[in-house]
Amino acid sequence: MDSALIPKGVRRCSLGKFTLFLSIVGAVLLWGVYAMFLCWIKGLNQTNMNDYYGFALWIWADLAVIALGGGAFFTGFLKYIVGKDELKNIINYAVLIGFICYSSALLILAIDIGQPLRGWFIFWHANVHSMLTEVAFCLSCYFAVLSIEYVPLVLENRQLDKVPFFHNLAHNMHGVMAVFAATGAFLSFFHQGSLGGVAGVLFGRPFGFREGIFVWPWSFFLFTWSAAACGPCFTLLVTKILEKSTGKKLVADNVVELLAKISGWMLLTYIIAKIADTWYWATVTAPGMGHTLMDFYSNNPVYGIWILVLEIVIGGVVPALILVTKTGRKNPILRMTAFILAVIGVSVNRWVMVLQVMAVPVMPFDIWAMYYPSWQEVATTILPVAYGVILVALSYRYLPVFPQEPKLNPVD
Amino acid sequence: MFPGFFEWVWDAGHMLFMGALWYALAVIGLGLTYCVIKAAVETGKGGGHGEEHH
Repeated sequence: MDSALIPKGVRRCSLGKFTLFLSIVGAVLLWGVYAMFLCWIKGLNQTNMNDYYGFALWIWADLAVIALGGGAFFTGFLKYIVGKDELKNIINYAVLIGFICYSSALLILAIDIGQPLRGWFIFWHANVHSMLTEVAFCLSCYFAVLSIEYVPLVLENRQLDKVPFFHNLAHNMHGVMAVFAATGAFLSFFHQGSLGGVAGVLFGRPFGFREGIFVWPWSFFLFTWSAAACGPCFTLLVTKILEKSTGKKLVADNVVELLAKISGWMLLTYIIAKIADTWYWATVTAPGMGHTLMDFYSNNPVYGIWILVLEIVIGGVVPALILVTKTGRKNPILRMTAFILAVIGVSVNRWVMVLQVMAVPVMPFDIWAMYYPSWQEVATTILPVAYGVILVALSYRYLPVFPQEPKLNPVD
Repeated sequence: MFPGFFEWVWDAGHMLFMGALWYALAVIGLGLTYCVIKAAVETGKGGGHGEEHH
């Protein structure tokens, strides 16, 4: 029934099967939407946030999807600025994943601010001494850039492409995409960094506080670095998931291996810098503030020393070593393992920099406060995942996301 | 926020922050405007038919 909308030279499942799939994911989406409206109508009392946890599950999810969406800016930077032309075969999908991640981040923020009708205050009544103001500026502008990068793909739909104006518009947008990609890289550098900078400047929170250069703590640079390293790993991971779901090869191995190799070296250099930063913080910065390393870790279920090992060794050193070695990244199982571990590593990093920062007792009367999200928080965090699955499914079905697909999967 | 607004102060913070925001918005806006106008002109001249590969 919808065959006229499906790109030429590819095969898709029946519309009935596709509709059934969308209905199942749509039910999850509606559950999240219901929880979202509860938060908007009844307020933030629907959450389990408290005086210890002013930032909670949402802000972790926000920082995690922003880091994982970093594949869009870094892949765009590699393709349009550095000139890695092979990446044209995955850039559409990287942009789509970035678009989903950043729109999800903005949606989560719209729920988290409690009164979304006042969301524009941050632009008009800007506090120019706040790193979060910079984050809001760059996040919004970069989402505009991602939308501009996604629009040409939508306009390349078989039916839309027949409209001369849309055809010309898509063609012209491709022509100046390097300008948008450069703007996106500039904006991403600053908002990724400032998210790390927020924890780094908290001198009252010695777990997060870092020294640095000028106004930027080291965590500023580490956040940008980790997003550039792990974002492409997430893009490659979801590419693999889509390939498994559809039973098709969508991106050629040489493209995957190139991006995996670059990510591996980014991850290796990042993790060396992260280890140096952690070592200096544990031996110089924290003791200078009257703390030892083990003051920041507890025997409770969430913040043991294991979390440091999980973040740096299992989620950093191991995937980096797999991806920088030729045998490691050429082995599909090891490569996939590396992608999963890198995604876990950067997500754990964001978790500790958002939640553990606030959980560590800093006053004599403080306790190790625990936090368990309410079902409304969980549902609104799953909401972007369902939205992302739906957008990927629609884009994959109706848009030429993977230029190599017809060649890699010839239709008889 | 624009200069002249009651919260505006002529200091480095405001000029850097707001200047960078306007700069980014200008690049995005001008880039998009250029694409739209060029597409409209090309369409007016009768170009853009067929399924050209991008």
